[in-house]
Amino acid sequence: MSDYETVLLKNVGKPNSQRLATYVEGGGYSGAKRALEHTPDDVIDVVKRANLRGRGGAGFPAGVKWSFLPKDREVTYLCVNADESEPPTFSNRVLMEEDPHQLLEGILIAGYATQATVAYLYMRAEFAEQYHIMQVALDEAYEAGYFGKNILGSGYNLECYIHRGAGAYVCGEETGLIESLEGKRGWPRIKPPFPAIQGAFGKPTVVNNVETLANLPHIVNRGADWFLGIGPEGSSGPKLFCISGAVNKPGCYEGAMDFSVRELIESDRFGGGMRDGLKVKAVMPGGISMGILTADELDMKMDFADPAKYGLLGLGTASAIVVDDQTDIRKVLRNVARFFSHESCGQCTQCREGTSWMYKMSNRVERGLGRMEDIELLGEIPAKMGMMPGLSICGLSDGAAFAIRTIVEKFRSELEGYVRSENDDAVRIALEIAN
Amino acid sequence: MAWKAIDRVNAPAEESPSLSEPLKEKIRGFFDRYPTKRAVLIPALHMIQDDHGYVGWKAMEEVAELLEITASDVFDTVSFYSHFWTHPKGEKVVMACRSVSCDLLGADRVLDECKKVLGIGDHETTPDGKYSLMTEECLAACDHGPCLMVNEKMHKCVNPADVRKIIKDDANDKLDMPRSSLYDGANRTSA
Ligand SMILES: Cc1cc2nc3c(=O)[nH]c(=O)nc-3n(C[C@H](O)[C@H](O)[C@H](O)COP(=O)(O)O)c2cc1C
Ligand code: SF4
Ligand code: FES
Repeated sequence: MSDYETVLLKNVGKPNSQRLATYVEGGGYSGAKRALEHTPDDVIDVVKRANLRGRGGAGFPAGVKWSFLPKDREVTYLCVNADESEPPTFSNRVLMEEDPHQLLEGILIAGYATQATVAYLYMRAEFAEQYHIMQVALDEAYEAGYFGKNILGSGYNLECYIHRGAGAYVCGEETGLIESLEGKRGWPRIKPPFPAIQGAFGKPTVVNNVETLANLPHIVNRGADWFLGIGPEGSSGPKLFCISGAVNKPGCYEGAMDFSVRELIESDRFGGGMRDGLKVKAVMPGGISMGILTADELDMKMDFADPAKYGLLGLGTASAIVVDDQTDIRKVLRNVARFFSHESCGQCTQCREGTSWMYKMSNRVERGLGRMEDIELLGEIPAKMGMMPGLSICGLSDGAAFAIRTIVEKFRSELEGYVRSENDDAVRIALEIAN
Repeated sequence: MAWKAIDRVNAPAEESPSLSEPLKEKIRGFFDRYPTKRAVLIPALHMIQDDHGYVGWKAMEEVAELLEITASDVFDTVSFYSHFWTHPKGEKVVMACRSVSCDLLGADRVLDECKKVLGIGDHETTPDGKYSLMTEECLAACDHGPCLMVNEKMHKCVNPADVRKIIKDDANDKLDMPRSSLYDGANRTSA
């Protein structure tokens, strides 16, 4: 773990960190000013060279995504993804609560680079406090001429509106978000066409995560080489990590992507060790969709490359939930299965049916009514759903598959043990319920 | 089991509020934010629910007319989102997080206590119309689990023993913070 200079969270804890004056005093909006003095292509170029990978879950390089926009477009929309609903993720919340102008500056820079005409900040409905903070900050930014017509005399115009969601995880998926923005149910679209070609209102659209955009002022000000100098190759730049569960200091922390899950839990800079002398049983290090690690796998690095070596889907949102050794793994399995079956939008058969079967079975297993076949099937169904085998429209089902498959694979003997020991009673209870 | 027949002749007419002119004006204030009128639907539904407490049939028909879409388009959208209620809800909605971080920290006991104190189950409303109870997935405050939201206000690190006090507190939904005058969606005019 290297020494680290705080970048994204540097204003946290400053008095009035939400106010424009505080932000400007600390050098705020100088990145946007600098960007506006260059051409949009210059800005895309520096972001590409910095290899800023998306922080929303997929890790796709932002600059590359922007360069997919057709050259001859007239209208471009920028959608800022503040739907943050992946358990247990809350880093976007912290960024918006503590430093709203950093995000707004990022929006302005991304807007200019992509020549967006309108930016929509899509915030989940449950962000109430955060909504008021963002809207007050946005009003200040308009007042100061950072949004609207002819921004800072550059001739560039950008309107920015906050659009509040209404409670659906799948609206965080970029095309679900676009459908929702258009006033429809948040049903993800079949791709292609990708949003860069045909997104919101049928026009070229870029969707980026809050944290991705919060990096932009710093990249523009300090350059691609500075960014590349932080963290390992392929996983550069400042990054936020969340940790919650059985640790002493649950919270949102910043660092380079150069340490392990163990350090995230144990280090005083982050989780501060396990609570009440508990031991680690399992960790879901990237949000529940990425899958689970056992206590023997804590050497996994919190970067973009390492999670795959441990059978995980990816780094995801870099948000870890730490499960202690006193916790029944069935509780985790059931909770996670319930989440996905509740949040599946229902368009794809495998996802709709698969997630609800898996929930029913995990429920049975948790209540001591499980059968060995349930565990067998819980391992099998995930292989038959998701975008990866080409069976679904969006990545929600891959998340469900990785979460459940890794729990069942890595904690199989514990699950089987429960089923074996409880079987006789289970039959009796089941009969009682049935009669 | 008794068979319940529908009696359309004697059924009371569905009574739900209409959109007032100021509310319609507020909704129109959002037209220039989006290239289509339909995109104003979700903001409009928020405004309607803020005003009426829920989104009734009449409001759906009227907002459809205002946005030049069909009532079934409106219902299609309304029915997708868990935030919108199609029947009256309590003045305050208590939302208990049930996702994994909160669950492992005892969210189920917090929820049970809410049910006990309020005397209602999930997605039910107290007879005096004061409270409704809902479970929600991750509220993005997992560092402070178990979480409970009362309308706009987040209550953090809630113990089952705190629930009664939180619910008895009249100010349990008060968020005292600066708000934008644009909250109502008045037209933005920028130079
Ligand atoms: C089911 C599902 C939910 C998602 N939820 C979010 C979310 O809440 N926030 C987010 O930024 N990205 C979310 N994503 C990823 C987005 O689809 C998209 O990749 C991201 O917003 C792109 O931004 P980035 O490139 O800046 O990371 C989700 C994806 C899926 C499949
Ligand atoms: S994979 Fe699941 S959530 Fe995604 S579109 Fe299909 S049914 Fe909906
Ligand atoms: S799990 Fe409850 S707030 Fe995230």
